[in-house]
This record gives sequence, structure tokens and C-alpha cells, in this order.
Amino acid sequence: MLLAPVVWILTVVICYFFIAQTWWFPPPISQHGIAYDAQFMRTLVVTGIIFFLAQFALGWVIFRFRDDGRRASYSHGNNRLETIWTSATAILFVGLVLMGTRIWAAVHLSEPDPAAVPIELMAKQFAFSFRYPGPDGKFGATDLKLVNDAAGNPLGIDDNDPAGKDDIVSASLKVPAGKPIKLIMHSRDVIHNFFVRELRLKQDIVPGMEIPLYFQADTPGTYEIPCSELCGLGHFQMRSTMEVMPEADFEKWKQEQAANK
Amino acid sequence: MSSPVVHAHHAPQGFIRKYVFSLDHKVIGIQYYFLALFSVLVGMSLSLLMRFHMVHPDAKVHWFSTLWPTAAQGGIMTPELYLSLMTMHGTIMVFFVLTTAPQSGFGNYFLPIQIGAEDMAFPVLNMLSFWTTLLALGVMISAFFVPGGAPLSGWTGYPPLSAIGAVAGPGEGLGQTLWIVSIAIFCGASLMGAINFIATIIDLRCQGMSLMRLPLTCWTWFVTAILGLLGFAVLLAAGVLLILDRSAGTSFFVPGGLLVSDQILNHKGGSPLLWQHLFWFFGHPEVYIAILPGMGVTSQLLSTFCRKPIFGYRAMVYAILAIGFLGFMVWGHHMFMSGMSPYSAMAFSVLTMAIGVPSAIKTFNWIGTLWGGKIRFTTAMMFALGFVSLFVTGGISGIFLGQPALDLYFHDTYFVVGHFHMIMGVAAIFGMFAGTFYWFPKMFGRMLNETLGKIHFYVTFVGVYAIFTPMHFLGIAGNPRRYSDFTNFDFLGKLLPVHNFMTQAAYGTAAIQILFFINLFWSMKYGKKAPMNPWNATTLEWTVPSPPPFDNFAGQHPVVNHGPYEYGVPGAPNDFIMQTDPVDVVREPHA
Repeated sequence: MLLAPVVWILTVVICYFFIAQTWWFPPPISQHGIAYDAQFMRTLVVTGIIFFLAQFALGWVIFRFRDDGRRASYSHGNNRLETIWTSATAILFVGLVLMGTRIWAAVHLSEPDPAAVPIELMAKQFAFSFRYPGPDGKFGATDLKLVNDAAGNPLGIDDNDPAGKDDIVSASLKVPAGKPIKLIMHSRDVIHNFFVRELRLKQDIVPGMEIPLYFQADTPGTYEIPCSELCGLGHFQMRSTMEVMPEADFEKWKQEQAANK
Repeated sequence: MSSPVVHAHHAPQGFIRKYVFSLDHKVIGIQYYFLALFSVLVGMSLSLLMRFHMVHPDAKVHWFSTLWPTAAQGGIMTPELYLSLMTMHGTIMVFFVLTTAPQSGFGNYFLPIQIGAEDMAFPVLNMLSFWTTLLALGVMISAFFVPGGAPLSGWTGYPPLSAIGAVAGPGEGLGQTLWIVSIAIFCGASLMGAINFIATIIDLRCQGMSLMRLPLTCWTWFVTAILGLLGFAVLLAAGVLLILDRSAGTSFFVPGGLLVSDQILNHKGGSPLLWQHLFWFFGHPEVYIAILPGMGVTSQLLSTFCRKPIFGYRAMVYAILAIGFLGFMVWGHHMFMSGMSPYSAMAFSVLTMAIGVPSAIKTFNWIGTLWGGKIRFTTAMMFALGFVSLFVTGGISGIFLGQPALDLYFHDTYFVVGHFHMIMGVAAIFGMFAGTFYWFPKMFGRMLNETLGKIHFYVTFVGVYAIFTPMHFLGIAGNPRRYSDFTNFDFLGKLLPVHNFMTQAAYGTAAIQILFFINLFWSMKYGKKAPMNPWNATTLEWTVPSPPPFDNFAGQHPVVNHGPYEYGVPGAPNDFIMQTDPVDVVREPHA
């Protein structure tokens, strides 16, 4: 019977930390992030109520129906109750997932913006590299045989291709604030993952596949990119950053990079 | 339903045939149970080493270098050692504990007795499946002792990391090969077991044991066996393909154009996602393989110890079947971020939510069962009640993870680690503890100590909440899983106090398990003698002596006249009616 208060106390403590938000998301930096947080809160409220009621009820039956000499009631169940709680949970669960579908569709199924700034991401054990096309707006050809990390050519850009001459390669991601971005992701060895907490976005980077990810970041600042798919012994230190900068600063940065080549 | 046939084998005399290469399902069940007990000790020790390393990544511990001269040179655990501990922890726990104890252990021992059979349908196959499982465990553990050590690709073994050999990292050479070979052997063993369980349930039920009179434990073992038959067959095929990719130069899972450690690989045309589809086609049903028997035990115990019939027996059966059926259609929810079509993610998410419904039905029915009962707080019952609480907690975080939109953040964070440890880890283990306290008297003829049991229960119950609840908050803060330390990121440094707390909680919870082991081994020898039916329960195992004779029913053929959960029947002389009691034990007929 001591179990009843133990269950109740655990329930209250868990609920407290979810309400106090002691360890929580960083603030969102995009429209998607705001929509994401709203869907999270909807789900949290619904599941929170179910969690509290279910645990409280469990504690209650443990307390109320302990063996105190009464005779147990005899019942094999109640079909009406079964029907009610089956349909109620079905509607609730499926309803929640349908509400979240809009957010998923906005990330993965919306018409790509042709004006999106193209950036290529190449992941390898255990680093990210980002490539920007130069003023010609074209990425140059690459060849695995030309890859030379020490010489600053992790993508193997072919110098004989004029389109590649002006390409910029950076170890960190710089994006202009408020502009749609198209991040084209590749891996050259194993599966990695691109994750920016503040964007509320995550995508596996799979060798042999070219996966585009569209997003827009609105709030300038520097945000960490932790690799989020196990990629080997250096997984825990596979880190980069995303710097969101005003558009003018971004253009200036690109010019500086081009000049330094 | 056939009438019991004359037994094909007779009680063996020699020690070897009686206890080692035994054909008796009861001995084999106990062998499986001890195999799982050994494995859980190994798996738990690995988790403690991991928790230690996460909060003290630079600590020098002398005996680390004794155990791992290269991977822990100078006593400092390397990141690759951490990852190999993690891989082995997950693999050993999932395959050799969660798959083995509830189904092959308890199922082997009690399924034939509960349906009134003298043994499993194929006793030799049964023996073979145990020894094959043991072989698989030996091969798995040997991976620790080969050059390069155990693999570091996690229990999911995603290629290309797992497919391209030592070039991908230490442990990815021979260690990874042994890992795959062990899994393949394990698949073979599980297939043998699954066939045996299915045949036994279909063919060997005694007179009167209709399907709707089966104890719910038998229903869960039945559906688990079907899941095993379909799931392990696919994993076996995937494992063979992965071995071929590693050793025969094929490219099922490895695409062209890879450059690893400055080497251009020769592979061409494979798909890393193919492995993920095959793996999770097994891997998701595997979750239910781990948890379904726990649900069966919980149903059985709640009814027994609150002296009430199970609420909605038919609904429970249909829910078990629905979980088994839907369990094969939701594997894609592990792959929302994998690069597969975003449309299929939406289909998988709706199906995933649908599988939440039968799980919720079970929870409602458990509370309905307790409602109006008179609960006896035995340790077995406490663990069953703990199971319900953990099942709710672990299940509810699935409502977040089942939505691809929310998975955009939570995938591969500690939120996932918290979710699956809560439900398929500790809830399933609570099912095993419940089963242990409930059936130990039948298996060993003695009672477990209730006082030690209750102390063990309370500390474990609070302990597992203390370990695994904070993981959800780490996930909300974005902490990626499978990181060997948290010193390289600004945002992770702030979460270290939470990791510290979890590590302390893990130490405490692990320490109290010593009490369980003392209780187990002490009671085997010195526990109070167990009567035939210590819990006043109704199912067939309580109609035979503790422990039961070699052929279970001493040559008698039991006849079943009642459902499995007839407690508190008005007009009955006792508050329980055994399944084998005469039809006219109560005046008025009842369902």
C-alpha cells in the first residue's frame, strides 16, 4: 500500500520538472521552430494529462482496493467501456499525429524555393565541410581521387573545372538571416547527421544519397551542430557551428573568402 | 485439440541427460533463465562502466588497463572502448536477456504446464535451441577478446560503419564479424524456439483448453513466437548479406564512391537504407517480443492477487493480436530521419499511433481489473503494479516519437534512450521480476523471501525512475545519444549535473540487485518450503507439485472446465475456481 504514495510522489515530481522546464529547448530561431514548439506543447499537454490521470488512478486503485477483508467484486468486464476507451484513444492519438503533419509537410514536402541559397554539406569521419558556389552560382566538379584534407580540399574539387575555381569551402556553416537555404547533403564514408537544435531540424547524411534540406533561420547568432548519428570513435567530437548573419555580412564574408583563395 | 500422446522419452537418469543435455522443457527453461541471468549481469556491468565514463571521461582506473591493455592504455577508457561497451550492452540486453528470459525461460517452463501438456512439441529441437543460444552468447562475448576489441557500431549495426571492416575504426574488424555471426546463430536458435512454441500451443492443449480458456501468458507467448518466426528470419537474411558485404566483396548495403581513412573503397551500388529496413522489420517486432510476455505475466498476476477475473479477457486477447499484427507495419518510425520518402514517414506515423490504441486498451483493462478487487501486496504483485506504472510512463513518450514532425528534434537524442529503456528495458525486466517471484516456488519448491523482495522492489522502482526520467529532459535539451563524453559542446557541458545524477542513481539501483541475487540463491536452498498452490491461483501449473514431476502431470491427463481467471465467483466454495475443477463447482453457470 506504500506503493500508492510512492507512485503519486514520482508522478508529481516528474510533472513538476516538465512544468518548471529546468532543462529545456533553446529558443527557436525560425518560423518552423515556433510551429514545432507549438506542436510539442500540444502533445505535452495531452500526454501530460493522460500520464497524470493514469498514474494517479493506478495509485488510487492500489490504495482504495487493498485487501481490507471485503469480498472482491465479480466482473468479467464491460463492453461499452471497452468501446469508449478504444475509440477515445484512437481519435486522440491519430488526431495528434495529423496535427503534426503540417509541420512535417512544410519541411519535406513543400515546393522548393528556386531562389534558395545553395550550400553543399560534405560529412566525413569526423568533420563537416560546407561549400558555397562562387559568383557563377555553380558548384565545380569533384573527384574522390583529388580529396586532400591537409591541403584544404576535403571535397576533392577539380581545379580543371572552371565552375569550381571560385567555390568556397568552409569548416563552419554561415547563412544569411531571413533567406531560404537549400542545404545539399553528402557523406563520403559512413552515415552522419546534421542537427541544429535552434532550428528544430535534423537529417541523416547518407553516403550514396544526395539529400536536400530546406530551411530558413531568422535570428542572427552562432549555433552548435552536433553529429547525431553514430559514425565511429570520434562521433562525440564531430562538431561544427552555424552562424546566422545579416545578409550584408554574409555577402561580405563570401567576398573575403573568395579573395583569400 | 488432440488428446495427449504417450510421451516419446522417459525420465533420464544420468546427470548429463538430466541437467545438461536435457530434453525436459522445465530444465531447458531454467537453463535459459540462468543464461539470461548471467547475461543481465554482464549487460548491467557494461552500463555501469559507460555511466562512469560519461561523467569521468579522463579518470585513470588501474584495472581498466588490466582488462583492456590497448583500449584503456594507462587506465583511461578510450572513446572506442566506450562505444564497444555500448554496442555490447545493447546487444546482450536485447538478445540474451529481453528475448531470452521472458519467452524462452518462463515460456519454456510454464507454457506446456499451463496448457496441460507433458512437454514441448519437439523436445530435441528445444534442447538444440538452448545450446545454439549459448553458442551465440559465447561468440558474442568472444568479440571482446579479439584484436581491435568489440564492435562500435551499436546494437543496430548500421552500414557502412558495420560493413567496411577495420578501416572504419577499431572493433570493426574481427569484432564486428563475430557480432554478426553471433546474431545469425541467435536467429537460428530463436527460429527453432518459435516453431516449437507455435506447434505446442496449437497441438498440445489438453481436453477442454479452448483458445479462449488459455491464460493470457500463453496468448502472449504464442504471439511472441509468431513475431519471432517472422522477424528473426528477416534478420538472419540481413545478417548473411552483411557478412557477404564484409568478406565476399558484395555491395548490398555499401554504395559506391566511399573514401574512408584515405582509402577509396571498391564497393558499388548498395544501399545503407536497405539494412535499416530489414533490421527494423525485425527490430520493431523485437520490441514486442521483449514486452508482450511481460504483459501476459502482469495480466495473470493482477488478476490472481486482486482476486478478480481479468477485466475484458477477450479485449485483452484482441489487443495482443492487434499489437502483434500492427507490430510489423510500424518499423519505418525508426527511420523518419534516414532519408526515406517523407510520404512513407506519414503512413508509418499513423500506423504507429494506431498501435498505441491496443496498448492503451491493455492499461485500461489492468486498472479495470484492479477496480473493486482486494489486492494482496506480495512482491510478485508489486512488480506487476510497477510494470503498469512503467508501461504507462514509457509508452506515453512514444506519442512524441511517433510523430515525424517532433522526431525532427528528438531522433537520436536521449529522449529516445529514455523512452525505450523505460518500456522495453525496465518495464520488461519488471515483468521478469514479477514472473520470478510468482513462479519461483513452482520452479524450485521454495518461497522467495518477501521482506528482501519488497526492499529490492522499492529501491529498484524508485531507482529506475531516477535513472531514466532525466533522460527525457536531456533529450529535450538536445543531448545526442552514443556520445562517449560531453566536453566538446557548450550546451552539453551544462547538462553534466543531470548525467552525474543518473550515474549515481545507476550505481544505487545496480547495488540493490545484489539483494535480489542473495534472495534468489539463498531461497533456492533455504527458503520456506512451497506448497502446491501458494497463491491460491487457478491455472494448471498450480495443480501439480512444486517442483512438478518429470512429465508434469504424473501420467494423469488434465481436463479443463473453466476459464483461467475465475476469482471471487459468487456461489463458489472458495474465492477461486481451478481451471480443472469440476463443471458443477458453482450452482449457476457462468462465462
